[in-house]
Amino acid sequence: MAYIPHTKADRREMLATIGVSTIDELFREIPANLRLAPGSLDLPPALDESRLLTHLRELSERNLDSGKLTCFLGAGIYDRFVPATVGAVLSRGEFLTAYTPYQPELSQGYLQSIFEFQSLISELYGMDLANASMYDGATALAEAAIMAHGINGRSTIYVSEAVHPHFRQVLDTYCWPVDLKVRLLPAPEGRTDYSAIEGDAAAVLVQYPNFFGVIENLEAARDATRRAGATFVVCADPIAMAVLRPPGEFDADIVVGEGQPMGVAMGFGGPLVGLFACKSEYVRRIPGRIVGRTTDGHGAPGYVMTLRTREQDIRREKATSNICTNEALMALACTVYLEALGKNGLRQVAETTVRNTSYAAKVLTAAGAKLRFADRVFGEFVIDLPIDARAVQKKLITKGILAGLPLGPYYKGMDQSLLVAVTETRTRSEIDAYAQALKEVLA
Amino acid sequence: MIQTPKLVKRPDLIFDLSREGRVGANVPVADTPEVDLTTELGELRKELHLPEVGELDVLRHFTALSHVNYGIETGFYPLGSCTMKYNPRINERTAGLAGFAGLHPMQPADTVPGALELLMRVQEILCELSGFEYVTLQPLAGAHGELTCLMLIRAYHESRGEGASRNVILVPDSAHGTNPASAARCGYQVRSIPTDSAGNTDLDALAKGLDDSVAGLMLTNPSTLGLFEPNIAKICEMVHAAGAQVFCDGANMNAMVGTTRPGDHGFDCMHLNLHKTFSTPHGGGGPGCGAIGVKAHLEPFLPVPVVRRGVSQSVELDEHRPHSIGRVSAYYGQFLMEVRAYTYLLAYGKEYMSDISRHAVLNANYVMARLKDVLPAAFDRPCMHECVLTAEHYKKEHGVRALDISKRLIDYGFHPPTNYFPLIVHEAIMIEPTETETKQTLDAFCDALIAICGEAVAHPHLLHQAPTSQIVGRLDETAAVKNLDVRWRPSVMPPKVEAGK
Repeated sequence: MAYIPHTKADRREMLATIGVSTIDELFREIPANLRLAPGSLDLPPALDESRLLTHLRELSERNLDSGKLTCFLGAGIYDRFVPATVGAVLSRGEFLTAYTPYQPELSQGYLQSIFEFQSLISELYGMDLANASMYDGATALAEAAIMAHGINGRSTIYVSEAVHPHFRQVLDTYCWPVDLKVRLLPAPEGRTDYSAIEGDAAAVLVQYPNFFGVIENLEAARDATRRAGATFVVCADPIAMAVLRPPGEFDADIVVGEGQPMGVAMGFGGPLVGLFACKSEYVRRIPGRIVGRTTDGHGAPGYVMTLRTREQDIRREKATSNICTNEALMALACTVYLEALGKNGLRQVAETTVRNTSYAAKVLTAAGAKLRFADRVFGEFVIDLPIDARAVQKKLITKGILAGLPLGPYYKGMDQSLLVAVTETRTRSEIDAYAQALKEVLA
Repeated sequence: MIQTPKLVKRPDLIFDLSREGRVGANVPVADTPEVDLTTELGELRKELHLPEVGELDVLRHFTALSHVNYGIETGFYPLGSCTMKYNPRINERTAGLAGFAGLHPMQPADTVPGALELLMRVQEILCELSGFEYVTLQPLAGAHGELTCLMLIRAYHESRGEGASRNVILVPDSAHGTNPASAARCGYQVRSIPTDSAGNTDLDALAKGLDDSVAGLMLTNPSTLGLFEPNIAKICEMVHAAGAQVFCDGANMNAMVGTTRPGDHGFDCMHLNLHKTFSTPHGGGGPGCGAIGVKAHLEPFLPVPVVRRGVSQSVELDEHRPHSIGRVSAYYGQFLMEVRAYTYLLAYGKEYMSDISRHAVLNANYVMARLKDVLPAAFDRPCMHECVLTAEHYKKEHGVRALDISKRLIDYGFHPPTNYFPLIVHEAIMIEPTETETKQTLDAFCDALIAICGEAVAHPHLLHQAPTSQIVGRLDETAAVKNLDVRWRPSVMPPKVEAGK
């Protein structure tokens, strides 16, 4: 076993130094009836590296991945371009195998990259500051709701029906044990209606663009939130921020998002990376890690994890959250991605997305689909089909196309609706092939 | 022995390298018809202050940053409580396979049979190793797994009509901070249970603390003192007799892999840190990966979706579970980390699995034995996978603290061990070598610590000043809080639009 380097002589000498004759003696404090003989568990046999790779490859090849199906499925996780630089940086052992940077003298590389990440996310969202990242977008949204409760002491969370259904489910799970009520705001025409917000609102949660791809009217959301005296929380797609006015321009209090589109593989949904930004007045309530710039005894600049007294290892049950990891490696992927693409590259990604989306909407409607909503969209749109969307999806998979997300399981009355995402990685010929295949399926 | 100071320059901030017009990636070029963006999107964003650098600049920037960062592949990482073992490179290769990395989490289940099979097999292996009947891979980190277990406990009591009356969680004073923090996040009050003079849970205090307001006990076994709790079966009986549940904090599972199973100890549920025990990389502080195991009575409450074997042995997703606590993360947990953990588990297999705990415990006891004359153990007992030593006498007699000793280790080329944890040991130095380190490495590390302890007596200023071998010395953390500076700002910030009131 290559991972354990001990020779027989090593073991013998080490046991002699310890003053015992067998390794078993070291386990003598475990009651005998709870101890297992080595090798007695019912486990699969060990595989050498060559057989391991073969076995894992076989398992992986049973799946229809984005190399086998042209991906028009989005709904929060996107098949976007990932520059080769991202993988090159992430595979460096100094990053990949590092622990949390609690020892700043040995962690300046990671700490500086997190400082840059916080700067980039703040800028992208137009916010004062951002933290070092969260588990994923869904838990970041739930944490934002709980943080809002801490800010204003109120206990009702208003969430738009056009927020990702899974995010809303995670929100429900988080709110249940701490007695926060969750109320749904309807989105009848694909756009949120804020009229049901009452004076008990702790927070109003909106997605931008929303789950249907529709660009929500954040002015209306802000005005309704302010009237109720609630905390304004926006869950925003980071790529759209290259072209849309950021939530910070609409006075958002907290902005969260899923960072996966910025250099992270879809990976069957994990690991992802949650983004979390807020106004500076709330910095001491923010969950998770934050890196700050300071100096050493000689005045040399350096970076440390800061505002540590919010965190669980110091504050224990009074901490702002129980979180004790961020998604550092995935945040590093986002950092490399944003620094490589920069202003010009990110704008090109967003613009190509808009062109592709617009073109796809045209050719798919020409092939027999109808656009469900009239509002402006970014990157994604809902089409209505003459038959059940799941049946269409199934048939298109046989033609090598992952057509989108059938919305029936998530929304009443939308059995024939399909959510279609068209990223910058799709080509005109792929979009044409989708339209042609749809035409054949509907014929 | 002592490294010469590195001639490494602090890397510039990327923003300082930026020049108008550069781009560092060949981004996809649209071949669809042009559109008018304002027509498509409405009012557009005006300013976007992202760096503009070339592709080579990006790589040089991060390579420079990597040179001032320490990882397991750089050197020994004796951080107690963190299990910094080797992260096998084959795991990176399997996790990168297109058939895993290129899957969308919302594509139909019948297009991902290999992924579901892998999840199921990881669950099955973890069930066997932990002694629990069900495992879910949904939680995204250890603390997330703790929180999920507490939610299951809450749902269990609610199902028995005791949800409102049982509102206290017992937590030993040696516990990780995440335990009380997770309890609070799950709406519970926290009651602390002391450790006795032998380093075990104080049974009298536990008996007194157990009343019908208690929902559960969170117990780390082996404890954060690196000691196996010999009364574990009795403790679980006492808690159950009081109508409460026992959660095992699995942070220290590395001491038990293939040797003993928490499910057999009497625990009702536990979390497993796949990023510790099963070698998925820490990545500088995440992704974590926090599977949980439960006994059958907690199964109805598991988060959705539940991955299970159907009648024909094929793996299916069960979303319709009326008693479930709901969804705790957006999709199926940290899938590509599960791929890594599965790869690791199969590399050991039935034949070698127990070698993990046996060598982890051997290495820790060896370090403890080699250091006993300079840094005595907090408790004179065999340790498990880590040892907790105390530097209290250096503080009293020479004004040298555990932190000073640790910082001096950096000048000797080693990452420091954990300090000041657990909180109940004065001047704690907590060392977890893991099974993947050679005797030579442990000897070099112990030699360095012995030399440093000599310096602590003869030249304490060397320790107070340490480290001097890095691009920064000890940083002013108070100033960092006082003059909070958490982002770069462009010299020309976009005008902030006045908010509607």
